[in-house]
Amino acid sequence: MIRLQTEPFEPGALLTGFCAGRSQTGAVVSFIGLTRGGDIERLELEAYPGFTEAEIGRIAEAARTRFSLHDLMIIHRIGQIAPGEVIVFVATAAAHRREAFEAADHLMDYLKSRAPFWKKEHGPYGARWIEPTERDHADAARWD
Amino acid sequence: MRVLLFGRLGDVAGWRERVFEPAPGSLFALRTLIAGEDPALGEALLAKGVQAAIDKVIVRGDAALAAGAEVAFLAPMSGG
Repeated sequence: MIRLQTEPFEPGALLTGFCAGRSQTGAVVSFIGLTRGGDIERLELEAYPGFTEAEIGRIAEAARTRFSLHDLMIIHRIGQIAPGEVIVFVATAAAHRREAFEAADHLMDYLKSRAPFWKKEHGPYGARWIEPTERDHADAARWD
Repeated sequence: MRVLLFGRLGDVAGWRERVFEPAPGSLFALRTLIAGEDPALGEALLAKGVQAAIDKVIVRGDAALAAGAEVAFLAPMSGG
């Protein structure tokens, strides 16, 4: 399941639901990304409705095949996000742990660098649009 | 024709969504029309890394536009 939403969400309940009713799955891995504070008062995340979900869907389907996943879930916040709030939740289910770990790692690297979002940081000195860092690109390139 | 701007392009323009009537017949004609009205936005649309999508499909170079098309100009993406 892939969903973009403006409302804050509680990842624990999502994970419980994701694990429920599985008899063939031996491993579930989840990742929770929080909005880091520091100089940031809030993040503003813009998506292109329809287009952004479709691009994330392509990333997800490639990961599903590559890592033989039984299932995956990606929930991403958009709109205004405060420091400390969950910005992204990723869960992967596979027969064995290695595939589930690697798929979650892979999905996050691709989401951070290749998903069509536009992110603006609002801080005490104004606002700025941000682009993926060199590290984000290098992390994603590990999977090429 | 609906035109959408994403990321910094919306800040440059002061709008994020606009209807153009009559619809220009090509992406090139649309960019020329926009640049004539707002030279700063016209320049921003040609900046490195800016992509165009027609009906949610990325296109490169020029392309014909149907009257009911949705055109999006995408600033360099930030990732999630």
